[in-house]
Amino acid sequence: MEPIIQIQNVSKSFVGKDNTVEALKGINLDIEKGQICGIIGMSGAGKSTLVRCLNFLEKPTSGTVLIEGRDLSKLSESELRRERMNISMIFQHFNLLMQRNVIDNVCFPLEIAGVKKKEARIRAKELLEIVGLSEKAKAYPAQLSGGQKQRVAIARALANNPKILLCDEATSALDPTTTKSILELLKQINEQYGITIVIITHEMAVVQEICTQVAIIEEGNLAETGSVEEVFSRPRTAAAKKLVFQEDHKYAVMEGKRCIRIVFKENSSFEPVIGNMVLACKAPANILLADTKDIGGVAHGQMILQLPEDQAIADKMIHYLEERNLTVEELKDYVG
Amino acid sequence: MWDSGTIQMLAEGTGVTLYMTLTSTLIAYVLGLPMGIALVVTAKDGLRPNALIYKLLDVIVNITRSVPFLILLILVIPLTRLIAGKSYGATATIVPLTIAAAPFIARMVESSLLEVDKGVIEAAQSMGASLWTIIWKVLLVEARTSLIVGATIALGTILGYSAMSGVVGGGGLGDIAIRYGYYRYEAGIMWVTVILLVVLVQILQVIGTRLSKKLDRRSR
Repeated sequence: MEPIIQIQNVSKSFVGKDNTVEALKGINLDIEKGQICGIIGMSGAGKSTLVRCLNFLEKPTSGTVLIEGRDLSKLSESELRRERMNISMIFQHFNLLMQRNVIDNVCFPLEIAGVKKKEARIRAKELLEIVGLSEKAKAYPAQLSGGQKQRVAIARALANNPKILLCDEATSALDPTTTKSILELLKQINEQYGITIVIITHEMAVVQEICTQVAIIEEGNLAETGSVEEVFSRPRTAAAKKLVFQEDHKYAVMEGKRCIRIVFKENSSFEPVIGNMVLACKAPANILLADTKDIGGVAHGQMILQLPEDQAIADKMIHYLEERNLTVEELKDYVG
Repeated sequence: MWDSGTIQMLAEGTGVTLYMTLTSTLIAYVLGLPMGIALVVTAKDGLRPNALIYKLLDVIVNITRSVPFLILLILVIPLTRLIAGKSYGATATIVPLTIAAAPFIARMVESSLLEVDKGVIEAAQSMGASLWTIIWKVLLVEARTSLIVGATIALGTILGYSAMSGVVGGGGLGDIAIRYGYYRYEAGIMWVTVILLVVLVQILQVIGTRLSKKLDRRSR
């Protein structure tokens, strides 16, 4: 079957006052129907320009983009507008209409498509149901959290039953938990409606989480493309290795807000209390402050630890330390 | 000096001032709003860049804005005669007031529309919105608060101009202030007209501010 998106030798340069920037240098990429394709690259690699070439918000300087076999550059202005209803887009900063409430935001693409107001309302309600925001229909974007705004944007993007959904750094402004829930929603949409999704991101974790296909962009070139497993297990190019291994070397950042102060008075200096606790609880704790001294073989002083986010593990750690005859007190608002 | 005749004169003067201000602002918006929109749309990074139209509008606006109102008032007398049939009186003054206000309003509208988030415009484009849809349903609506604030400033400025037109027999409170305060040394009446002008500006300002706040959905 013919790929739903065919990017053929696409180049794009921006002419500035005293220099020309080549954002894309002859990109070739096919995306099959029903795939979730991740386009990943460092910032400035040209991935945002590439995704805008897929709905012609940016017109390529040379090369062609075919959507279901139709060459976008051959379409007239109004044909292109109609085609864009098939290619929805969501953004890093949501880009909702701030002066319209949630349901009217979802109705907007339907208004553009000329759907009758009453039908648009019914459709918008269905969509809000899908993204789980029915009770916020009358709220204004300013009253919503980032994750909720992105859900509204997704509902809006689905309004005209698009075949393709473009996501431009759609989770980059969200925290890890919200990112996960938005990615799950995208996956659900892909599975239920068979919408082909193109995800632009600089985070390998996003690609790993939901993508089936990945394309790595570096300095305007397509460095590597293939299935996610393929690229992950055997990255061939330097650009791919950089992105894949960067993740391996990154240590998990402590997200927990609970901190404790431990006072050492009678334990042996030679007992590795914290080390044992980490081994016993199988989770890391972060030492924020340590001020202990060995006085005649006995440890004296204090330590401040940041505990893991998981409440059960944090409680277990406190319990462990208390068992070891240490004074433990919880500190409020020490971090975050 | 506070006989019923004076009071009636002041009341009429207030009415005439309001008539001149509101009418000329309205007409100036009919001209200035499209000019402001055109400036934004035809700008280099606008929705339909057009260097020729942009430059032309830009120059017209700048020239008109750089002529002091008092001089403009006299400069356009022939045009005023042509349109209004005479060069003095409240209705005739609406002509120079409008000519002065329209470019000013065009600039205000331009700056309000430029405040609209580029991302929101891009989102509308990605949905297949036409230029007109973007102007009517995105630009003008999203900039609503800023446009109302701009209109309030415009009204205040035009009210001030209308008072200035008293110098050439424009009518209204400015006219009264000049005739009584300047030519007849009746400072009392002049002060009353000044107070009335201040009160008028205050009232317009309060209405404008309240309206813009009430219509703004961005606050929590």
